[in-house]
Amino acid sequence: MWTSPGKLRAKGIIGMNQRNIRYIGRYNDRRLYPLVDDKLQTKLLAQQYGITTPALIGTVSTQFGVKRIHEMLATHGGFVIKPAKGSGGKGILVIEKRDGAHFVKPSGAHLSLEDVERHVSNILSGLYSLGGSPDVAVIEALIDFDASFAEYSYEGVPDIRVIVFQGYPVMAMMRLSTAASDGKANLHQGAVGVGIDIASGTAIRGVQFDRARHDHPDTGHELASLRIPDWKTLLELAAGCYEMTSLGYLGTDMVIDRQHGPMLLELNARPGLAIQMANGEGLRKRLDLIERQPEGVSPEARVAFAQHHFARGSELERVAQEAREAAEA
Amino acid sequence: MSRLPFYLIVALLLVTGIAMSVHRHVQFEVPWTPGEQRKVWEIEAQVNFQADGGPAKVEMALPSTQPGFRVLTEHTASPGYGLNYLEEDGARRALWSVREARGNQQLYYSAQVLVAENAKPAEVPPPRSAANVVWEPPYDTAAQEVIDDAWSRSADAFTFTQQLISEFSDERRDENVRLLLTQFDRAPLLLRLLHQADVQARNVSGLQLENGRRRQTLTTWIQVYDGDESALFDPANGERGRPDNLLLWENAGQSVLEVQGGTNSRISFSMISRNQPAAAAVRSQLAKDADTLLNFSIHSLPLEEQALFQTILLIPIGALVVVLLRVLVGIKTSGTFMPVLIALAFIQTSLVTGLVGFLLVVAVGLVIRNYLSYLNLLLVARVTAVIITVIAIISLFSVVSFRMGLNAGLQITFFPMIILSWTIERMSILWEEEGPKEVLIQGGGSMLTAVLAYLAMNNPWIRHITFNFLGVQLILMALILMLGNYTGYRLLELRRFKPVTED
Repeated sequence: MWTSPGKLRAKGIIGMNQRNIRYIGRYNDRRLYPLVDDKLQTKLLAQQYGITTPALIGTVSTQFGVKRIHEMLATHGGFVIKPAKGSGGKGILVIEKRDGAHFVKPSGAHLSLEDVERHVSNILSGLYSLGGSPDVAVIEALIDFDASFAEYSYEGVPDIRVIVFQGYPVMAMMRLSTAASDGKANLHQGAVGVGIDIASGTAIRGVQFDRARHDHPDTGHELASLRIPDWKTLLELAAGCYEMTSLGYLGTDMVIDRQHGPMLLELNARPGLAIQMANGEGLRKRLDLIERQPEGVSPEARVAFAQHHFARGSELERVAQEAREAAEA
Repeated sequence: MSRLPFYLIVALLLVTGIAMSVHRHVQFEVPWTPGEQRKVWEIEAQVNFQADGGPAKVEMALPSTQPGFRVLTEHTASPGYGLNYLEEDGARRALWSVREARGNQQLYYSAQVLVAENAKPAEVPPPRSAANVVWEPPYDTAAQEVIDDAWSRSADAFTFTQQLISEFSDERRDENVRLLLTQFDRAPLLLRLLHQADVQARNVSGLQLENGRRRQTLTTWIQVYDGDESALFDPANGERGRPDNLLLWENAGQSVLEVQGGTNSRISFSMISRNQPAAAAVRSQLAKDADTLLNFSIHSLPLEEQALFQTILLIPIGALVVVLLRVLVGIKTSGTFMPVLIALAFIQTSLVTGLVGFLLVVAVGLVIRNYLSYLNLLLVARVTAVIITVIAIISLFSVVSFRMGLNAGLQITFFPMIILSWTIERMSILWEEEGPKEVLIQGGGSMLTAVLAYLAMNNPWIRHITFNFLGVQLILMALILMLGNYTGYRLLELRRFKPVTED
């Protein structure tokens, strides 16, 4: 049930306290937080830096604006409404399509226009924002996610979290929504986390509820064959977020759109630690290596450095290989 | 960035905090534990005299803090008289005065004296060497012989005094002593002889404390100095040292009572002793001394504010519990310091009533909030509606429980209602967004933290320490700063990350 601090340290696992003091406290300047805490700002900034993000349908910033929302949405079948200052995926409403006057969530639940309006109104009141301050609702185009992931996800868009430390991508995982997570990609709600090899973009290891997992719980599809297309572009996009925000310790959430390729969904100045579980490895050694690197390296060079040093064989591949060998014998 | 200033600040806070607490313990004898009992003597002096009809002046010696006793409070009752306190060379005196007084006069003085082992006495300088003592013949030769006799059998001032007094004891009393006693009283005679022998000494007056005694009088003692040392001698038997229950009423060799404009003056004492909690004894002491900055104390505030501060000073303890549970254990709570506020409410209501009340209010609130969410209201309006609902729930519970004869129900009104309403709102959102499991985790974490914070804050020992030792706040500050610097694993992370270490 319990392990020892010594074992965790040997594995290079970073705990919450260490993350807060040693990394976030030291590398993330507080005045830069609004850049990532406000998704609207992040979006505008990303456009400046040429980093692709989902198309912006519009924003709602006043309560009377809520009533005009149906005009804004008239031409869009699917969309996502999120609070600009939300955290931890709170307050994100995903509408997959229309069904007459109703809006359909990925789970199949129908919402009326009033439901959507109430949600927007709640966002404006600051229900989901940090400290309850008044907020802005951001409406984005729905991501048309790459079909190759269909079998790895249940009712939701799988996203890829890359930890970027001083501009170097150090660790990545894919988050697959499940029935248990209600179509959300939050690991603590039961989404599956899959560690992704920085060198190749292939799956290393899967976890759900912090326990190892080799297949998707709902689709039953095995995880070993998961491979992310356009991996290098994705890493370079993620690495570029360092120049964009100046935040030293950053969690970037990326998605792969069928037409536009890798896109930046949002940034996080306080990324969680579950990525270590998904990768079966602690962050510490990689971060220590990056800390010894000089500054002023270009994003491409940083990605190349990371791909060279953080390459890892897939555990899932090994498990599958062993299974095949056992079958042959 | 160097961490040195940080550690210096922590060390400074720790040292200052500990020093302040120890100073308070040593200087004011504030006990470390509550419930310690101290003996307090209430002594009343009554001065009687026959006034002549003209102006009258009464001067009386007053006791001051001395080894073994600390004067806490003093009062006088003397209608019509003006009163002045005089202080000279560590000796305190009261001076009553009146322009016209006739007949039997009574003046009262009462003091509360705390039995305190290491009370710091006011400095009384040793008596100045007396001027040449002049005897009339034939007493001069008698005195000289007595002195010579004792001198030859002694080594220093103290042994000399002992020998001198022993010459006055019945079986050894010789002609010279008998001759001297025909002319002089025993105590002044001894002092005179000591002065003649160039020994620094004075007569002091002491009161033998005995519970419930009335109409007691002072006894005379001889205080002898040898350099910086002094010792007290019983003129009756030459015993050295101060008896346990002897309070020195007059300690500067002056008269105890001087009356001008009156005759037949006398002074008598009555006394009782009682035990009272040390904290209370100290409180009255501190209230008196609180005028200097060093003695900065909330005990100088009015009682009502003191009670308020007693609670306020407990908040850091509750906050420390929260910090410990979050930083070292990793428990999730809903709202960082909400558990401290709930714990404060528990202190008002008692734990079981508080817990039951809290769970009832939150549960009913959640049900009603669930209905409100269908009404499609603006957030602030909805939370306000929840606040009013919470007040309604609390009123209803109070009335119902009162009708059923349970007074406990009335006390849940102590809950901070606005915070309660926000909690209900957050819990409700949490339920919608992350499901009931997360509500249980965070709600349970909050409850657990609140109960632990309550147990810590309601501990009589902790209440005593935080209220009486302000230095403890600095120590807490240092502890919390150090905890804020902790980069190790949290207890629950040892469980969370276990799967990673298993491969």
